[in-house]
Amino acid sequence: MKNLETIQNPYNDDKVMAACSIFGAMDRSGKRFSGDRVIKAIRNMHVRGNGLGGGFAIYGIYPNYPEHYAFHIMYEHAAAKEETEAFLSEHFRWERAEEIPHYPARRISNPPIVWRYFLTPGNTKPEGKSDDDFVVERVMEINTRIDGAFVFSSGKNMGVFKGVGYPENIAEYFGLADYEGYLWTAHGRFPTNTHAWWGGAHPFNILDWTVVHNGELSSYGTNRRYLEERGYACTMHTDTEVIAYAVDLLMRKHGLPIEIVAKIFAPPFWDQIKRLSKAEQELMRALRQIYPSLLLNGPFTIIIAHQGEMIGLTDRIRLRPLTVGEKGNLLYLSSEESAIRLIEPDLEKAWIPSGGEPVIGRFEAKASVESTAGM
Amino acid sequence: MKTFVPPKFIVERNRDRCINCQVCVRQCTFGTHYYDPDYDEVLSREGNCVGCHRCAIFCPTGAITIRRNPLEYRENDNWRPEILEDIKRQAETGGMLLTGMGCDKDQKIYWDHLVLNASQVTNPSIDPLREPMELTTYIGAKPERVEIDPNTKALKTRIAPQVELSIPVMFSAMSYGAVSLHVQESLARAASEFGTLWNTGEGGLHRRLYKYKDHTIVQVASGRFGVHPDYLDAGRIIEIKIGQGAKPGIGGHLPGEKVSADVARTRMIPTGTDALSPAPQHDIYSIEDLAQLVYALKEATNYEKPISVKIAAVHNSAAIASGMVRAGADMIVLDGLRGSTGAAPKVIRDNVGIPIELALAAADARLRQEGIRNRASLVVAGGIRKSSDVLKAIALGADAVYIATAALVALGCTICQQCPTGKCAWGICTSDPVLTKRINPEIGAERLYNLLRGWSLEIKDMLGGMGINSIESVRGNRLHLRGIGLNETELEILGVRHAGA
Repeated sequence: MKNLETIQNPYNDDKVMAACSIFGAMDRSGKRFSGDRVIKAIRNMHVRGNGLGGGFAIYGIYPNYPEHYAFHIMYEHAAAKEETEAFLSEHFRWERAEEIPHYPARRISNPPIVWRYFLTPGNTKPEGKSDDDFVVERVMEINTRIDGAFVFSSGKNMGVFKGVGYPENIAEYFGLADYEGYLWTAHGRFPTNTHAWWGGAHPFNILDWTVVHNGELSSYGTNRRYLEERGYACTMHTDTEVIAYAVDLLMRKHGLPIEIVAKIFAPPFWDQIKRLSKAEQELMRALRQIYPSLLLNGPFTIIIAHQGEMIGLTDRIRLRPLTVGEKGNLLYLSSEESAIRLIEPDLEKAWIPSGGEPVIGRFEAKASVESTAGM
Repeated sequence: MKTFVPPKFIVERNRDRCINCQVCVRQCTFGTHYYDPDYDEVLSREGNCVGCHRCAIFCPTGAITIRRNPLEYRENDNWRPEILEDIKRQAETGGMLLTGMGCDKDQKIYWDHLVLNASQVTNPSIDPLREPMELTTYIGAKPERVEIDPNTKALKTRIAPQVELSIPVMFSAMSYGAVSLHVQESLARAASEFGTLWNTGEGGLHRRLYKYKDHTIVQVASGRFGVHPDYLDAGRIIEIKIGQGAKPGIGGHLPGEKVSADVARTRMIPTGTDALSPAPQHDIYSIEDLAQLVYALKEATNYEKPISVKIAAVHNSAAIASGMVRAGADMIVLDGLRGSTGAAPKVIRDNVGIPIELALAAADARLRQEGIRNRASLVVAGGIRKSSDVLKAIALGADAVYIATAALVALGCTICQQCPTGKCAWGICTSDPVLTKRINPEIGAERLYNLLRGWSLEIKDMLGGMGINSIESVRGNRLHLRGIGLNETELEILGVRHAGA
């Protein structure tokens, strides 16, 4: 078994410490748009990164394969590809496979081989196991067992493109301006303790969930042990990884809506809870009693996305920035307002949400953004 | 028989200061000081001094100094003075050596080999003077997940009874009879005012203390003293006491002379009879018996109260902890090697049981491996001396801690270990009606409240330094601990890395 720790977190520090730029754009009518404006926006926040990681998640990217799991997989060498493809052949039916097109780009050196596969679970899927659970297990297997292979993303009609470089370099390398999607998230990193590894860039993904993250979780040890108790192998020693798994546990396995999940990640203070109505008090107290170990403590801003939904959230005392902009069906989330205004000068609305207050953009939902007032 | 045990202390009386007022004579309960009318002077019998410093603190002219007796034996690392004196004492009495308080031997204190983390640059520390900082802790079994009605968005999950603590520090069990009613009232008042719990111990609950019932843990121990329906109803939590860190595996014995009419009424035994607690609970000879008692108590109290089970930390307490959780305990308590007592055989106190730090780390890890950590709160006792010990215990995985010795020290105790004599000069571990007046419950409660307040401020400061504003984000967060001077086995059991790594 390969040791991912030595790749993602070569000094074996507890976790990866990083500051970052993050950006998200969503057309809530579901209309797809090209990446050029998103790339321009994230490039505007160049100084928030240090060139050690950039990436994008695009939703609605593969409308011709809506029911296939789109695997984006990076290989460090040809043997990894051979081994992985044998593994994929064993467990999946293939619809299509191809190398992801790439182009010469500034500051990109030693890129891995990156392929995409459109797959459906094969005969090895046990009776009664859901497709999603099966896919999660196979992804974990590839990531932990096959040396030199790493799954960038594994969701339907979405894909993650990421690597070592500034985000604009990564966009150039993969030619992202040519893709279209209704929801884009983007990330530029400033890690302090990680070396150049393509898999370590954001967004982090499991199924069609992605997370981009600016911050450092002081609660990482607590979060991690809680998730490990529930079967998530936190092999990469990054705090972003635990956010992705926590989202998977709460939303997919426990079936909780994002509004509730936001209150688990960034709960109101006990003193605030005391001022709520009796029913709300009961709910909030229960959330804090049952999920104390998933409180994300320490400075963070995250943008979580999955099919038809984009959520922005900061820690409850808002130690990392998040700005929201709206124009028509378009919803923007960004570390800096300047990046939004650069591509959308005539915003109808722009605001900074309170700490712990989720900003939720929904596909096919009412036109306005849901942003529950701070508690 | 002439004792061959030399005096432990010498009393130095500064004659220039002594005014022969006899305060020391009245304060000392061990007959160390006496007034000699022939000389018209206060004199001392040094062999009686236990080093409790009551006289020195209360001497109005500061005339008294207590020193260790410098009488020295020939050096010998094997036959140390304590060993010689223990043998002599047994040769003179033919009995077991009884002692009080916790193990005073030099087994490693792991708290002192663990250091905490703080934020620098990559994340900001938080100033607790300017930002909210939460220590609130809920004791009780937690369900694995929450369920919410998809239509009404209302909470569907019914959570087992929970008890709120404003600081994850509770007062550990000290029974009425072992300590005085005034001590219990001091604890009860402080716990009520601060928002935490005190514990009756196994001696029942005096009628006068029923008003503190919202902050009371009532104990059900092997003697079943004072256990009746009102008593169970008065408890916020009911604790089944299996064992105690100071004397794992053995029972208790409150001598008849301490069983006053009041103690007798509270314990529901005849006045003046010895109160004997059997070594095991005679209806618990196995884990399934424990489950029966847990559920009997739940039935008796309508499933409205968390049930705690307390054991001494012993070699396989991690596995036992798992069994206790599976037997239905909502809170489990591990009491470590350094846990205290009013009376225990010295040989047991000093040689049986394991340090609480290791027991805690192992139990927390075991419960997580088995996926049942949420089903019970984990509380540790026995050796918590200061706020940093509290925070380190929580980082190792405890939900809360119990303190008892620290609470008694706050009331004046100097750990002179004379508890079994019943002569406590500080009026703590005694039922002598004159001596117990030395503790004023109002002042006692204030001292205990102040201690909790001081600790909570310190814990908040340490949390803020870590960049954390809620205690639950440190719970089980061993990454915020590093070891110093620990070997690999110790680090592995504690689940922490060495400092610098």
